[in-house]
Amino acid sequence: MTCLPKMTDKKLGLVIDLDTCVGCHACVVSCKGWNTENYGAPLADQDAYGEMPVGTFLNRVHSYEVQPEDGLAQLVHFPKSCLHCDDAPCVTVCPTGASYKRTEDGIVLVNETDCIGCGLCAWACPYGARELDGVEKVMKKCTLCVDRIYNENLPQEDRIPACVRTCPSGARHFGDLGDPNSDVSKLVAERGGMDLMPELGTKPVNKYLPPRPKDQLSSDQTPTQSLQAQADNPAGFFAWLDRTLEKL
Amino acid sequence: MHPAPSVILFTSLSGVGFGLLFFLGLGMPAPLGLNAFIFYAIAYAFAVGGLLFSTFHLGHPERAIKAFTQWRSSWLSREAWLSVLALGMTGLGAVAQIFFETRLAVVSYAGAALCLLTVFSTAMIYRQLATVPRWHTPMTPVLFLTYAVAGGALLSGQVGIAQPVLGLLGALQIFAWIQGDGAFARSGSTLATATGLGTNGSVRAFEPPHTGTNYLLQEFVYLVGRKHAAKLRLIAIILLSGLPIVLLVLPFNHMFAALAVLTHVAGVLVSRWLFFAQAEHVVGLYYGKRG
Ligand code: SF4
Ligand code: SF4
Ligand code: SF4
Repeated sequence: MTCLPKMTDKKLGLVIDLDTCVGCHACVVSCKGWNTENYGAPLADQDAYGEMPVGTFLNRVHSYEVQPEDGLAQLVHFPKSCLHCDDAPCVTVCPTGASYKRTEDGIVLVNETDCIGCGLCAWACPYGARELDGVEKVMKKCTLCVDRIYNENLPQEDRIPACVRTCPSGARHFGDLGDPNSDVSKLVAERGGMDLMPELGTKPVNKYLPPRPKDQLSSDQTPTQSLQAQADNPAGFFAWLDRTLEKL
Repeated sequence: MHPAPSVILFTSLSGVGFGLLFFLGLGMPAPLGLNAFIFYAIAYAFAVGGLLFSTFHLGHPERAIKAFTQWRSSWLSREAWLSVLALGMTGLGAVAQIFFETRLAVVSYAGAALCLLTVFSTAMIYRQLATVPRWHTPMTPVLFLTYAVAGGALLSGQVGIAQPVLGLLGALQIFAWIQGDGAFARSGSTLATATGLGTNGSVRAFEPPHTGTNYLLQEFVYLVGRKHAAKLRLIAIILLSGLPIVLLVLPFNHMFAALAVLTHVAGVLVSRWLFFAQAEHVVGLYYGKRG
């Protein structure tokens, strides 16, 4: 049934730290690897080694430049995957019941044998979290590695989503955001975790931690400014070189 | 949004077909025998033909039957039900008129109502999407219904109704274009809200996640040149509203009537192409492709 559950027992999701993400795309690769080899249709590529490669990914890393009023521009790497919204518009539009939100943990999934590939759920998602697979023609999306997190065949430390397990900078956290005492909820409270496009009322479970303020350099202290100062008032070896060259 | 031919043909043709079935249901006209057969054959060609086109954009058309299950939440599922009910109900009326030369009034009126409901449900599939501000307005169902009534009046030969409705349609369409041009800005979604980074400064898309294209860009980030769109709008209005009105004002002649239908349908196709091609999905923000 594609009506949404009134509430879910848990709200499993990710907390992504935009301050520490280094934009290495390791989470993208591990996601693609795990989800191609395990549950559901593989994530296909077309023309992978040709001129116009296209493929299905459940997690993608954008990069943005943030320019404050004064001070230096900042580069922010921005991983994006399904946010497992509480009020998921992708679920209610689905005509077949293929898309659903689980009552037990809030994970939004697609039952691929019911999906007719109409694409409407991807139209309804504001975040671009759903992609129709080019080969299997069914809708693919992040499963929060539902086949890892409860998988008793895996060692305990691997029972987390592949992206979280892989991230070399500790920028990805997994847990129950419905429990105010969980580590992830505390992290969100402490760092001011935010929702993406809150104005659309999707109530995302996943949260993003904003970049911390950088060291405050005033505009006359920027690294290029200090190089300019060195060039204008050379000292030591450069002063000698400067004087010698002047004499030539 | 990607203007997929299957969806343009589906919404345009089925709209005209259900419009004609609506008028036949009202008994305007109420043909019998062979005459009825011709009218209903034309109506079903449009309505069923359109619905068949809609299956071309499905990844798994063989499972289409499953789309009937979620009518409680999904407008697409409701549309599936309503279109089958509308075709069934008007079909009963058609059989009575063609083979038994009688008009079943109650069945026909119910069929007419179901036809309008079908068009309404098609429009609601688009109207419900908050992710596409241009569509997320009551104007979407108003327009779709007016398109269907105008096309239906024209095909059923209700000249007295067709003229004012075609005029109204032209005016509503122009209003919807103007209103739609500012819809994205009014929606309040920006790259700042999409990334949550707005409080730190102005945000610019620096590097996309992939060097090639992908499903999201192909499906949601279709860009039409502004000049190009203005010309197409002019062409659409002339074809769908202007020319048919002129042709109907001229002394009646079957050639002119047929021409009016043809230009109208051509105009509907052009305006429906614009409906999709000019619709901006908020996901384009993440790629720096909006505003
Ligand atoms: S992020 Fe998109 S796909 Fe995921 S639950 Fe929210 S609306 Fe649905
Ligand atoms: S593409 Fe599949 S999952 Fe998405 S709305 Fe259509 S049937 Fe449902
Ligand atoms: S693996 Fe971690 S650091 Fe690398 S892009 Fe993903 S979230 Fe960022």
